[in-house]
Amino acid sequence: MINSELKPLEDLHRALSDFSRLFLVGCAACATACKAGGEEEVFKLQEWLMEQGKDVTGSVIIDEACHIMRAARDLRHHKNAVHEADALVVLACGSGVQAISSNVEKRVVGGLNSMFLGNVRRFGHFEEMCSLCGDCILNETAGICPVTTCAKGLLNGPCGGMEDGHCEVDPEIDCAWRLIYERLQTQQRQGVFARRVPPKNWSRRRKPGRYRLKDGES
Amino acid sequence: MSYLSEQLADGQFVVTAEIAPPKGTNLAPAFDEAKKFVGVTAVNVTDNQGANMRLSSLALAARLQQSGTETILQLTCRDRNRMALQSDLLGAASFGIENLLLLSGDHSKFGDQPDARPVFDLDSVQLLDMTAGLMAGVDMVGKPLNGVPRFFPGAAANPVAEPFELMFQKVAKKVESGARFFQTQAVFERRAMERFVNAMLPLGVPVIAGVLLIRSGKMARFLNHNIPGVKVPDDLVERLDKASDPMAEGIAIARETVAWAKDVCQGVHLMTLGHEDKIPEILA
Ligand code: SF4
Ligand code: SF4
Repeated sequence: MINSELKPLEDLHRALSDFSRLFLVGCAACATACKAGGEEEVFKLQEWLMEQGKDVTGSVIIDEACHIMRAARDLRHHKNAVHEADALVVLACGSGVQAISSNVEKRVVGGLNSMFLGNVRRFGHFEEMCSLCGDCILNETAGICPVTTCAKGLLNGPCGGMEDGHCEVDPEIDCAWRLIYERLQTQQRQGVFARRVPPKNWSRRRKPGRYRLKDGES
Repeated sequence: MSYLSEQLADGQFVVTAEIAPPKGTNLAPAFDEAKKFVGVTAVNVTDNQGANMRLSSLALAARLQQSGTETILQLTCRDRNRMALQSDLLGAASFGIENLLLLSGDHSKFGDQPDARPVFDLDSVQLLDMTAGLMAGVDMVGKPLNGVPRFFPGAAANPVAEPFELMFQKVAKKVESGARFFQTQAVFERRAMERFVNAMLPLGVPVIAGVLLIRSGKMARFLNHNIPGVKVPDDLVERLDKASDPMAEGIAIARETVAWAKDVCQGVHLMTLGHEDKIPEILA
């Protein structure tokens, strides 16, 4: 899922200083799962805004805020409340915020900082394991991504900062290359160590990404 | 041919040292320091070392090289993408710089500009491969060069890293990619260095041992906590703590390291961090 967290309240306070009537938008998908923009968080935000002396004209939790057409539909259902507001506050990832801003003329204030594509380790613990590089190397690296889980994204083995198998950047975490090495050993194969991995093809990750299913797939 | 490559090929024991570019444009202190490198074959010029922003290593290396000091240009993947690395290498060649130490680089987190975006478009193995390509007259996409650089590329290794076999797989890749010499992270234990050098023997690439001048027990503890890959053993920390003159003790430790390195490997790389005047004592 996309992990996001509430912006610092001082930042939000500043971003909202010009507005007194607000419509709130949450997201039922990722932002709910990481407890940043679900029903509960939208409600808490509403309480906080009212303490700040703002009016909340209404709110909606969109199924997937990143779905541009669905967002349009849900906003239409709340046309009047949206109309009454000076601005919309969106508790969703940056994609969600833009799905909203592309559907309304009004000012849209993003309430979250989007962080990463996160795996759930256990409830409330998220870890980034894939950074969507467009050129996946996992089949050679025993299913462990060095592009993401090595702090430097190295492709040919550990840097000189590895200490007792831990990462120089954060000694609390394992060096990605130690994990890859150990799992390849368990699987009794050489994998990525059998060759010098050439530089990554970053043109696969040219921004902004665009993708369309081919005819017959959709 | 650089002196460094000649002396290593001759089987001589080489001494290298290092110099950090200034934060600013005043090169006078660096030139003064360079004069203190007595008995040193070549001087590494560090590249935003420890991720602290300084004048470019290429600029200082070029100036030193022109004034007659042989340099080893350090180049990291942290601050440049592949285009910048290629053009800096060609630029280095145009200044007559041949010796290179090609590194991944410490993470930006450790330095004075931790908000910087670390690049790491290439890793050190890929940087070595690219350098080999330039030396063969082609850039990374195979386009021919008009004027082909001559380099003596080196790489870094940390002989005490664990797991050893994992660390060594990467070292072996570096050799395949054209590393012609290795300079190691600071080493303190002869046994660890012997293990590394023995593993290197079949690869036939000379190893230069990193020797760090530690001025006090406090500095040793700081290094252990803050510098990736440096591990000062407890007994040495204790020696420095107990010494009445810790600097003299640090020099003694460095001198002992140089002494055993002469039996074990093909040179020493002295990291004196501003105390270049102590080099003669360390080499005595
Ligand atoms: S290599 Fe890593 S970042 Fe790239 S697609 Fe695979 S898992 Fe994701
Ligand atoms: S210690 Fe390992 S995970 Fe950390 S930056 Fe170096 S190679 Fe990557």
